[in-house]
Amino acid sequence: MSVLDQQGAEATAEEAPAAAATTDAGESAGNAPRPRPRKSALFLALNALSIALGIGLWWALAAAGLKLPTPPEVISKAGTLIGNGTYAKDVSASLMRVVAGFALGTAVAIPVGFLMGWYRVLRSLIEPWIQFFRTIPPLAIIPLAIVVMGIGETPKIFVIFLASFLACVISTFQGVVNVDRTLINAARVLGAKDTTIFARVVVPASTPFILVGMRVGLGSSWATLVAAELVAAQQGLGYRMQNAELYYDLPTIFVGLISIGILGLLMDRLLLLAERKLTGWQERR
Amino acid sequence: MTSNAAKISVQGVTKTFALGRDTFTALDNLSLDIADNEFVTVVGPSGCGKSTLLNILAGLDEPTTGRALVDGSPVSGPGPERGVIFQQYALFPWLTVRQNVEFGLRTAGVPKAERRKRAEHFIALVGLEQFADALPKTLSGGMRQRCAIARAYAVGPSILLMDEPFGALDALTRVKLQEQLLDTWSKEKRTVLFITHDVDEAVFLANRVIVMAARPGRIYDVVEVGAPARDEDFRLSPEFTALRNRVWHSVYHQDGRTAAPMPSKTH
Repeated sequence: MSVLDQQGAEATAEEAPAAAATTDAGESAGNAPRPRPRKSALFLALNALSIALGIGLWWALAAAGLKLPTPPEVISKAGTLIGNGTYAKDVSASLMRVVAGFALGTAVAIPVGFLMGWYRVLRSLIEPWIQFFRTIPPLAIIPLAIVVMGIGETPKIFVIFLASFLACVISTFQGVVNVDRTLINAARVLGAKDTTIFARVVVPASTPFILVGMRVGLGSSWATLVAAELVAAQQGLGYRMQNAELYYDLPTIFVGLISIGILGLLMDRLLLLAERKLTGWQERR
Repeated sequence: MTSNAAKISVQGVTKTFALGRDTFTALDNLSLDIADNEFVTVVGPSGCGKSTLLNILAGLDEPTTGRALVDGSPVSGPGPERGVIFQQYALFPWLTVRQNVEFGLRTAGVPKAERRKRAEHFIALVGLEQFADALPKTLSGGMRQRCAIARAYAVGPSILLMDEPFGALDALTRVKLQEQLLDTWSKEKRTVLFITHDVDEAVFLANRVIVMAARPGRIYDVVEVGAPARDEDFRLSPEFTALRNRVWHSVYHQDGRTAAPMPSKTH
């Protein structure tokens, strides 16, 4: 048995004794080990403690005279911004840009990545461009995008699209290239032709790579968003922070920062949930 | 064996690979006939081309010269009449045991109800009923390989090509699976080409043991085992020991001469 199997065998499983009793004296099976509930409660408590300590440290630093707003100041500012409706407008404007750019980027990246991984010819045609654009930070495209596309939503969504596309296309392509040859051979000897192999082996096998690419892409989408909004925007969290800078309005900047952090985290958690659902079959090492 | 027409016929197959500026001869003018329902094991040192031979018969590789015939027609690409079992199980990790076993049937367009029935039959044949809906990651190595055997059987091949299928398993599990494979094979006879590096395994399973030599890959010796009852008594019998010693010498004391004396078949 390999190391992996031994791990499986050590995990407690209801089926193992039954299997051993019937035909497999030398074998046993186990479910993937689950963390015990007591332990995960402990870890959650540690998470909460860490957050509380962080906020406490922030408060202490602000009280010690650093040029920082205190947590209550930030909360009351958030209240004002929510009350007069600017917060909802800013959040929805920013979210719309991220979601649109990210969705477009991913939707284009996945088929392009598959095509690059599957057809050598297409890969040779597309890869130099992707490698080239990958070395240019999407932010550096902003001036060009604004000149070419104007100051509306298009250039902002475009740079976010570019950021998420580049992150996702590379990992999708890697996923296809990394598909285990043995699995493809196994499908072939079971009578599968190219289209079946693609749909039923290559796509599921590269899903973990695609999801990792999507998570990286989402991160760079948020990073790009704020910079895009610093230029010629009338709404959005990045614009609001830029505007607050002019008036030395630190609480508003904090509200913006924390909002971006929380929104990014929430979207990342959603993807993580999808990842667990779609790639739970993977063996964790 | 009884049948006269060879089920598998390898005729003067040579396979060379480019290795930098040199060419590596994996198989050198190899010929071999395997009868219908015969269980043949192939054993030999690494680099003797035994996996290359299997891949050529599976249709995953092509001979440089010579040809491989199955049922009298040349092999071109994989086919449903040849099931392959790989050392690394090669189960689709995102599919359950049942879905893995049904994979080939789905590919062949077998209707759902029929698919289910056949999958159930072969899952039961290898004793995995309780694990039909389990994912491969929850199975032990031995159970994975039994699932792979059920998956290969389900398509209804007349030939099973097995590439060191039990090589990654511990000795106890290996013995269990050998007995189970023979049990399955005696219930549903197939022509089997079984590659192994384990001399005991080669002798225990086979009607005939082919010993190969490396550089260049060729047949070095052929040992007829016949069809004794394969049980513990056989495994511990003097006959088994004698056969085992003969094969052992052929594998571990190859003199390196290309023109090794080809012992005549003893049966």
